[in-house]
Amino acid sequence: MTVFLVQLLTGLAGAAALFLVAAGLTVIFGVTRVVNFSHGSLYMLGAYVGWTVLAHLPHSIAGFALGVVVTALVLAAFGAGLEMALLRRLYRAPELLQLLATFGVVLMVQDITQAIWGAEDLTLPRPHWMRGFVAIGGERFPRFDLVLIAAGPLVLGLLWLLLHRTRFGTLVRAATQDRDMVAALGVDQRRLFTAVFALGAALAGLGGVLSLPDGSANLQLDLSVITDAFVVVVVGGLGSIGGAYLASLIIGVLQAFGILLLPKLTLVIVFAVMAVVLVFRPQGLLGRAADAVREAAAPPLVRPAAPALRLLGAAVFVLLAAAPFAVGPFAVSVLTEAMIAVLFAASLHFMMGPGGMPSFGHAAWFGIGAYAAALAATALHLPLPAALLLAPLAAAVVAALFGWFVVRLSGVYLAMLTLAFAQIVWAVALQWTGLTGGDNGILGVWPGGVLAGAHAFYWVVLALCVLATLLLRRVLYAPFGYALRGARDSTLRAEAIGLPTVRIRLAAFTIAGAAAGLAGGLSAYSKGSVFPTYVSIGRSVDALLMVLLGGVQTIAGPIVGALAYTGLYDALLLATSQWRLALGAAIVALVLAFPQGIAGAAQQLRRRAA
Amino acid sequence: MLRVDALDAFYGRAHVLHAVSFAVASGEVLVLLGRNGAGKSTMMKALIGLLRPRGGGIDFLGRQVAGWEPHRIARLGMGYVPEERRIFTELTVMENLAVGRRPPRDGRPAWTPERLFALFPNLGRMRDRPGGRMSGGEQQMLTIARTLMGNPSLVLLDEPSEGLSPLIVEQMAAAVLALKAAGVTVLLAEQNLYFAARVADRAVVIESGRVVWSGTMAGLMGDAAARAAHLQV
Repeated sequence: MTVFLVQLLTGLAGAAALFLVAAGLTVIFGVTRVVNFSHGSLYMLGAYVGWTVLAHLPHSIAGFALGVVVTALVLAAFGAGLEMALLRRLYRAPELLQLLATFGVVLMVQDITQAIWGAEDLTLPRPHWMRGFVAIGGERFPRFDLVLIAAGPLVLGLLWLLLHRTRFGTLVRAATQDRDMVAALGVDQRRLFTAVFALGAALAGLGGVLSLPDGSANLQLDLSVITDAFVVVVVGGLGSIGGAYLASLIIGVLQAFGILLLPKLTLVIVFAVMAVVLVFRPQGLLGRAADAVREAAAPPLVRPAAPALRLLGAAVFVLLAAAPFAVGPFAVSVLTEAMIAVLFAASLHFMMGPGGMPSFGHAAWFGIGAYAAALAATALHLPLPAALLLAPLAAAVVAALFGWFVVRLSGVYLAMLTLAFAQIVWAVALQWTGLTGGDNGILGVWPGGVLAGAHAFYWVVLALCVLATLLLRRVLYAPFGYALRGARDSTLRAEAIGLPTVRIRLAAFTIAGAAAGLAGGLSAYSKGSVFPTYVSIGRSVDALLMVLLGGVQTIAGPIVGALAYTGLYDALLLATSQWRLALGAAIVALVLAFPQGIAGAAQQLRRRAA
Repeated sequence: MLRVDALDAFYGRAHVLHAVSFAVASGEVLVLLGRNGAGKSTMMKALIGLLRPRGGGIDFLGRQVAGWEPHRIARLGMGYVPEERRIFTELTVMENLAVGRRPPRDGRPAWTPERLFALFPNLGRMRDRPGGRMSGGEQQMLTIARTLMGNPSLVLLDEPSEGLSPLIVEQMAAAVLALKAAGVTVLLAEQNLYFAARVADRAVVIESGRVVWSGTMAGLMGDAAARAAHLQV
């Protein structure tokens, strides 16, 4: 019983940190409608800034309290600066591009943080008062955790007062519902948004600095925190602070007991909770049903490419086929990766462009394909063709299973659920060491026989990727493709003319999964190994970057985007050790310059010239 | 007060307003009449800055405000009451009014919640009720009251009588006349000819985004041919 109580308290302490981050994220989303991927970076900065600030203050309780406040203020200033420099220019951009830009910020903050504070984990010297314990029925419970447990409700209460008892709060709540109307009543949105962003950043920083006594400032904080915070915000309901508190309690307590009872399944449990909540309450526990969602402008029609573009495509194909005769083995391996990236990006484009289902977790299918091919080759000793058949098949089966849940949602919620599923796959890859080898991955996946030569395998990859991409294109111009776009543009009207929209979307989801699975299988053979990173958030973001850089509204878009992105990535990797900083800056610059994507911008230029 | 000069506006590629010109004099009630889709609401949105006009000018109190952001136009003294009402449903009546509050201008007495409750007695009885739990008529009163909290010199009223019961429409008409008496200039967009006849001094009729008739309201009521040509469905 005492163990139970102590574990419950541990869960509540963990919930407080989650709540602080999630509250900031949800307030920012509620008002600005920006899904701020860099919110975890603000938390991480809070931890690092807090470490530095606290090092210069006396190690007393008062010194700690002062340091916490100073850190929150520093982060508020940083958040305000970030909003004014970057986000302000993006409010009119499509929401996925906003996400992309904030991911660029994540990359930049990573490298900047490492440059300032180094790669080592930083821990706080723990003075006597911080190390104290209280006795709870014979068990020892860290006294500092009691501070955390109190911090959650305290901040919740202060936020409530701020939102319900001040003019600023009234404006924030009004803007959460209808920001244009607030502007028409004479309120300067820019100042409101900057203030809200500063508030959110301060909360994230608060969470970061308060996490120091029990943990450390390290470079992995940003992505681990942002995933947890997304889960909390989505489970609680986007924009609802009370919901965020409730959800953080549930998740925090689940995590605490999960570690005790099923240490291997903790991650799975958390994401499974999210999946269940979203299926039964798509708007989250305390979220309002999406009544005021503005109808998005209908995306332009995807039209078949002009003859000139087709000729260009054919010419590029011939050049690619002949490439091994002209360039060295390194270039061939780069081209192999580029081809795989093209198929990966095209598969994501298929579901998020014409399918209208943006995915934050497309790496799931890529990873499943890669693991399926690797296991087929190493455990079952199957030849390459059989393994490459299994890869898309395995991905399709799992995609159909997960898709049953996913296709019922839309927009940000749908994207979050795909992220949740991808994280489950990632957790399985990482924790089921018997099957997947865990962190050590699966090695020795090489094409054998006649395909062992680098050139032969390259041609296989080229042929399969081009074929599969053309097949995806063919499907889009078949009646199924039109039905899919009909279901995207108006579910209600599509159903009224007798289209089974849920089944159509599920079929599209499965096809996209299969295509990504094939890309993953090819990647396993190309690299000779598979690791859990194949399913990581970073990989999903890669796919998103490629599609969005290229532009969602053309079929050539993801292809251009994949080539541009792999080219940029490889070039930066070679050119600088601070490639994340450079890549992040490049992403931000590209989003600011081409809010329609590269191919979209080219199309617009052509149209203007015509 | 307001002069619109050859204004052009688009929704995406659809050309909605074609070189529309008219002027509103200080202290009068001018009504924009026209059938559904004539461009009345588009004109209102273009005036307050929610829709950026592509061409032409908007002179408001001597300033060229075309292309300004909505909050700057509102602060200059233009109040906007949208057709869809757009009440903040989570906020109480008092909080809705607080969002609209701006300092008074040009020496006229400021609108306070108490003065507004005298104008709309229903609202005074539900100060702490969330906007989402009010009837359509009460919401319409609240949007007008909310806009008046900004002490505007000119109020744009987009179809205030739409979807309301005759009794509430009569209250609306009384409220518009009370505004006029308080020195507020009103630009009204309407389809309801009888509501317009009850409150307006002058009328501008638009059809497919073009001005097709303008003159006094009494003149329009006396011109059966013009009414038949431009307004009857």
